Amino acid sequence: MQEAKNLKGYKKEVDDALQNEFLRTAMDNFAVAYRTGRANAFAGMDVEALVADIAAAKDAAIARMDELFEEFKTNAEKIGLKVHRAETASQANAIIARIAKENGVNKIIKSKSMTAEETLLNHHLEADGYEVTETDLGEWIIQLRGEGPSHMVMPAIHLSRFQVADLFTDVTGEKQDSEIERLVKVARRELRKAYVEADMGVSGANFALADTATIGLTTNEGNARLVTTLPRVHVALVGLEKLVPTLHDALLVNRALPRNATGQGITSYVTWITGPNVCGSAPDNKKEMHIVFLDNGRRDLARDPVFAQVLRCVRCGACANVCPVYRMVGGHRYGHIYIGAIGLIITYFFHGRDKAENLVQNCINCGACKAVCAAGIDLPRLIKEVHARIQDESGHPLTSLLMAKVLRSRKLFHTLLRSAYLAQKPVTDESHYLRHLPFVFAQEHNFRRLPAIAEKPFRDRWPLLKTAVSDPEMRVALFSGCVQDFVYPEQLEAAVKLLSDRNIALEFPTDQSCCGLPLEMMGEKKTTREVARQNINAMSSADCDYIITLCASCASHLKNGYAKLFEHDETMTDRVRRFTSKVHPFSAFLHDILKVKADEFKPVPVKTTYHAPCHLCRGLKISEAPHALIELAGLDFRPAQEEETCCGFGGSYSSKFPNISSQILSKKLDDFKKTEAEILVTECPGCIMQLRGGVKKRGDNLKVRHIAEVLAESKRQTE
Amino acid sequence: MQTPDSLSALFKQKAELVSAVVKEVKTPHEALQYAIDVCERKENCLSLMPALNEPPDANPAKIIAAPALDATLTDAMRALCEKNNIRFLTSGLREHLAGIDIGLTFADYGIAETGTLVLDSSSEEVRLTTMISEIHIAILPQSKIRPDAYHLEDELGKNMRSYPNYTAFITGASRTADIERVLALGVHGPLELHILIIPEPEKERT
Ligand code: SF4
Ligand code: SF4
Repeated sequence: MQEAKNLKGYKKEVDDALQNEFLRTAMDNFAVAYRTGRANAFAGMDVEALVADIAAAKDAAIARMDELFEEFKTNAEKIGLKVHRAETASQANAIIARIAKENGVNKIIKSKSMTAEETLLNHHLEADGYEVTETDLGEWIIQLRGEGPSHMVMPAIHLSRFQVADLFTDVTGEKQDSEIERLVKVARRELRKAYVEADMGVSGANFALADTATIGLTTNEGNARLVTTLPRVHVALVGLEKLVPTLHDALLVNRALPRNATGQGITSYVTWITGPNVCGSAPDNKKEMHIVFLDNGRRDLARDPVFAQVLRCVRCGACANVCPVYRMVGGHRYGHIYIGAIGLIITYFFHGRDKAENLVQNCINCGACKAVCAAGIDLPRLIKEVHARIQDESGHPLTSLLMAKVLRSRKLFHTLLRSAYLAQKPVTDESHYLRHLPFVFAQEHNFRRLPAIAEKPFRDRWPLLKTAVSDPEMRVALFSGCVQDFVYPEQLEAAVKLLSDRNIALEFPTDQSCCGLPLEMMGEKKTTREVARQNINAMSSADCDYIITLCASCASHLKNGYAKLFEHDETMTDRVRRFTSKVHPFSAFLHDILKVKADEFKPVPVKTTYHAPCHLCRGLKISEAPHALIELAGLDFRPAQEEETCCGFGGSYSSKFPNISSQILSKKLDDFKKTEAEILVTECPGCIMQLRGGVKKRGDNLKVRHIAEVLAESKRQTE
Repeated sequence: MQTPDSLSALFKQKAELVSAVVKEVKTPHEALQYAIDVCERKENCLSLMPALNEPPDANPAKIIAAPALDATLTDAMRALCEKNNIRFLTSGLREHLAGIDIGLTFADYGIAETGTLVLDSSSEEVRLTTMISEIHIAILPQSKIRPDAYHLEDELGKNMRSYPNYTAFITGASRTADIERVLALGVHGPLELHILIIPEPEKERT
C-alpha cells in the first residue's frame, strides 16, 4: 500500500524497495517467465481479435450498467437471492456487517476479492468483533502478516518460502520446514477447521450475469468453492463493472483472463452459482445468500467519456507483470490497493487524489502494459490523463509550468538551448559528455554520463546540406525532434546521406519545435496541444508526401498522440488525419517504402545487437524493419533476449526517478552483454542518450549507434 | 473436422497438461473397479481436523463417496467396497469434512479445448464429494465432450435457469503458485484428479 505524504517520501520508499534483493530476483524471474507462459497460453489464437471482442462486450455492458443492475436484481429476487447496492466502500462494509449481525454470525471466512481489499472489509468486520479468515493461500499469508497484496493475482509474491515458513511456525507453534509443498499442506490443514467453524462466507465474483442472476468465480485453489458451500450465509461483494448481460460475455472474458493472468488455459475451478443452494448447515437447509454490488465511483466512471474504459478491466494483473517499474519496485510501491498500470489510474477514482498523486508520476510511458491488456485499455494514456487532471486540480509544479512556458515559444526554447551550449562549456570533457550537471532541465542524472549540447544544431547545418532536386520522385519532410537537432545532429546528417542520390526532395521545415511529448508526460495538456498545432502548421508548409523522423518517441507521438489530442476537435479532424498519415519512423520508411536493398551496402560483419525503442515496437508496432535493415547492411545480428524491454529513459522520468531508471538500464546492459555484440543499434535519440550514458559510466565495450549512422557508414558510394 | 476421437484425444492432452490422470474404461463397472484399485493403493486419507475425530483408530477404513450413481451402480459399488473393507458413502458428507479418500462422480460434459469437466453440483453431497476427497475420480462419457465452452452455452443456460444451481468447471487438481510462484497441487481441494473416459458405443459411430 502506497501512502507516502509527498513525492519525496514516495521516492524514499521506492529507493528502499530497490534495495530488497529477494524482491528484485523474484520480480526478474517472474517477468521473464511470464512472457513465455503467456505466449504459450495464447499460441494459435488471434489475441488481438479476442481483446477487441472483450473491449466491445465490456463497453456495451458498462454503458448499460444501471440497467443490468436492475435486471440482475429483478431476476435475483425471483429466486430468493438478496441484492444490495452500496454507493461507497464504507456503505458496502456496513451492509455486510449488518448481514452478519442479523444472522448471528461469529466467524467469517473469505475467498479472494480485490473488491473487498478496495473497501478494506476485513478491517471493518474485525473492528465489529468478527473473526475473519482469508482462505486463499497468498491472502492468508499477507493477512497473517498484516500486509496488503503486492499483486492482484499473486498477493504474496514479495515473500520468500523462508519468510512463509517462519510465519507458519509462529502460527502453528510448531517448527515448519521451508519446503513449499509442505507449507501448502500446512495451510490446507490449518484452514479446514476455519471453513467448518465459519457461519458466513464472503467471496468476490468475476462475473455477474444479469439474465439469470448467476455469479461466476474463478479460482485455482478451490477455496471459493468451500467458502460458498460450507457456511450457512454467503455474501458476494461485487464491483458493478462485473455485470454482463449473459453467460456468453463471461465465457468470452474467461478465454483471456486466465491465459493473461498466469498463462493457464483456464483456472482449476470456475464456479457458477445461481441463487441460494441447498446448505446442510443452514436451519432450513437453504443458504442465506446476498450480493452486494459496489459503486464507489463506478457509476460516474461509466459516464466519463475518457475514463469509462478502465471499467473494462478484468483484474488479470498482466499490466503489472510486464511493467519495468513494477519489476523494479514491486507491488507495495506500485499501487495503493490496486496494483500496476490499472492501479495507477483507479487509485485516483477509488481512493482519492492524495493516494494517487505520487504514484501516477511513476510511469515511464513504455506502453508494455497496453500491449498485453486483456481488455485493450489505453493504460499509458490514461495514466497521463490522471496526472494532468491532478495537476489541474491541485496546481502545477514550478518545473512543469516553466517547461510549458518555455516550450510554448519555439524561439525561446531554442534560444535557451543555444545558451545552454555556452553555459556547459566549462563542464564538458574532451569526449563531449557533460562532466557534471546540470543538464538543461534535470538534476539527478549521475548514473550515466549525459551528452553535451552540440556546438551547431542541425537546423544551422541544414542550409549547407540541402541539395536541389529538379524532378523529384517524392517529397520528404524531416522532423528532427529537439534531442537530435541540438544534441545529436550527426544522426540526422547520416539520414541525409542515406537519402541522397535517390531523387528525393528533402525538406527541413525550420518552424518545427519539440514534438510535445515531454510536456504531456508532465501533465501539461494545454501546451501539449498548442505545440502540436504549431508543428502541424510547420510541417504542412513543406507540402510533402512523407514526414519522417529518426526519433521513435516523436514518431509515435506525432502519429498516435496527435490523433488523440485532437480527437474531440472537429475543426482539426481532416488536417490531423492528413498529417498523421504521412508520418513514418525512419527504419520503416527505408525498408517498407524505399525498399532499400542489400547491394546498396558493403557488408561489415561486426557483431551487432538491437534495442527496440518502446515507442517503435509497441507504440508503432514496428519490429521487423530495423531487424531487416541490420541484416541488409551485412552486420552480424545478435538479438538480445530482452530486446523489447524499456531502457529506463522515459524523458523526464529518468530525472524524476533516477534510481529506478538506472536499475532498469543496468539490467538492459547486462542483457546486451550476453550477446557479445560490439555495436548496439537503436532508433531513438532518447534511448541512445540513456544507453550510451550507461555504457560510458560502466566502461562497457559497446558502441551505441543510431541505425541511420550504421547504415550511412556501410552505404556504398555511388560513383 | 473434429471427430469424437479427435475431441477425446485433445481433451486427454489438455487435461494431462494440468496433471490430471486420464484413462479409458470400457464400462461404468470398470470405472468402479478402477476407483477401488486407486483406493487400495493410496495411503489413508490424512485427517485435516484430527481434534474433531474419534481417537485415532489403529486400522481405520478408507472412505469412498459416490452420491450420484444410479441404483445399479450404487449397489455394485457398495458390494465392491464391502469386499475390500472400504467405507462407502452416498450421503452425509458433512460428517466427513476432515477429508475422505476417494470421491467418485459422473461428469456432465467435457470441454476439449482446456481439458475441463463440467459438473452440475447443485446437490450438496456431490459438491462436497468433489471438494473434500483427496482423489477425485470422474467418469466422462466420450459423447459428452465438446470442443469449447461456447458449445455448452445452451446446456449451461438450462442449468442456470433451473435455480438454485451450482455448476462447476473443474480442470485438474486444486493448485496454487502463491509461494514463490512454485506450483503445488492440492491446496483446499483434491490432490489428484482422475478422469475415466467411456468411449462411444460402436453402433453409434458411423
Ligand atoms: S507504460 Fe510502462 S511504465 Fe507505465 S505503467 Fe505501463 S508498463 Fe508501467
Ligand atoms: S488493466 Fe488490463 S492488463 Fe491490467 S489487470 Fe486490467 S485487464 Fe488486466
